[in-house]
Amino acid sequence: MAQEAAVQIEDLVVRRGKRDVLRGLTCAIRQGTVTGLLGPSGSGKTTLLRAIVGVQQIHSGSVRVLGEAAGSGGLRRRVGYVTQSPSVYGDLTVAQNVAYFAAIAGAARTKVAEVIDQVGLGSAAGQMVATLSGGQTSRVSLACALVAGPSVLILDEPTVGLDPVLRVELWNLFHRLAEGGATLFVSSHVMDEAGRCDQLLLLREGHLLAADTPAVIRERAGTDDLEEAFLQLIHAGEGTVAA
Amino acid sequence: MSAKPRRLGPTVLRILRQLSHDHRTVGMLVVVPLLLLFVIYAMVDGNQQKFDQIGLVMLGIFPFVIMFLITSIAMLRERTSGTLERLLTTPLRKADLLFGYGMAFGLGAVVQAAVSTSFAVWVLGLDPLGNPLLVLLIAAVNSVLGVALGLLASAFARTEFQAVQFMPVLVLPQLLACGLFVPRDQMAGWLEALSNVFPLTYAVEALQEVGSNAEATATMWRDVGIVAGIVVVALVLGAATLRRRTP
Repeated sequence: MAQEAAVQIEDLVVRRGKRDVLRGLTCAIRQGTVTGLLGPSGSGKTTLLRAIVGVQQIHSGSVRVLGEAAGSGGLRRRVGYVTQSPSVYGDLTVAQNVAYFAAIAGAARTKVAEVIDQVGLGSAAGQMVATLSGGQTSRVSLACALVAGPSVLILDEPTVGLDPVLRVELWNLFHRLAEGGATLFVSSHVMDEAGRCDQLLLLREGHLLAADTPAVIRERAGTDDLEEAFLQLIHAGEGTVAA
Repeated sequence: MSAKPRRLGPTVLRILRQLSHDHRTVGMLVVVPLLLLFVIYAMVDGNQQKFDQIGLVMLGIFPFVIMFLITSIAMLRERTSGTLERLLTTPLRKADLLFGYGMAFGLGAVVQAAVSTSFAVWVLGLDPLGNPLLVLLIAAVNSVLGVALGLLASAFARTEFQAVQFMPVLVLPQLLACGLFVPRDQMAGWLEALSNVFPLTYAVEALQEVGSNAEATATMWRDVGIVAGIVVVALVLGAATLRRRTP
């Protein structure tokens, strides 16, 4: 584990109203890896991702990305963010959406067609986004982030609503990007996807329950089934709280 | 706050492309003011003096009202669809976005104002004493005022229903108190004071100056300057409502 941390989070507290959404979270995400973020809904996954991108107001603690404070001006061209609900323009075509995000990131025009092909939308490039299916729209959103060629890519449930074939293709793409040196942090609730990550973070009620490789997590729980392993970790966590 | 052309240009282009895909809106933008002008023409029933008076002022008011509506809803969509938050995570600057909207819709408004002014002058026989190009200039500044106030208003609406409600709250009072219905010096003192702080008052006064003077007057230029100043203030306030970090 000699690799440098692309994201370094220390004692992060995010408070929304009177509720602590993240309660003193400390973790690191290694450069050039695909790290999965798992946890039940409401556990603070999206909040953590937003904090890394720098759009989340934080109460205390620090979030550093590539050695800079999260959200700083210099990071904006190096960090890509794909929100859970696709944030693209429905009244533009696929290619026009990607071309716009390419232009504001200062990316080459030739990359537009390239990333549209990468996400499997080559035949729909001229189509209006509003006429696409949910799964296609979320891939447009992904393409808009990819086109900037980010060093760190933050993905919030990028494979929701996709068929198994496309899911596998996208995960292959994520690993190719990581091999090229990019760091990917992907939230998901699908366990077979979790198994494909280099590293897993398990979040529950704003606490980090586990941060390890899938193999270690399986071993610790004594089961090959990741879902089973997580249930055990969650019960164990509850046990310590009660005790 | 200087907007870098490399990002401003693509933003203007993107907004114009979105607008161009919506044929019905474009059609209404151009045709509705013409219909309304014709209704006024028919209403005054051949009274040239009245038409010169009301028709002229309307040429400045239509672009203001329409641009206010379009901009507040377009910007609200940008906020609620998540694209605004996304844009704020990219190298795009807040000024690029605001001036992008200002320029894209401002451009659309100039086209609209040119079509309605030509229609009013050549088809309906509107005959201002001053230069019709000055009418066009004031209409353009007015439309940018609508854009700027619309951008600002969108920050205080959470739904499109709410955004539309800002029209009677922010636009109608300005219309009622601008001096078109009752001359401003005959209004109750508090109403006149109110109309003194409404930007539309100055836009309407500038148009009236063009209508009744062959040459551009100092009052007209002062009024245009005031409206332009309010545009800048509204844009700066609008930029302050674009927060990168939210709870």
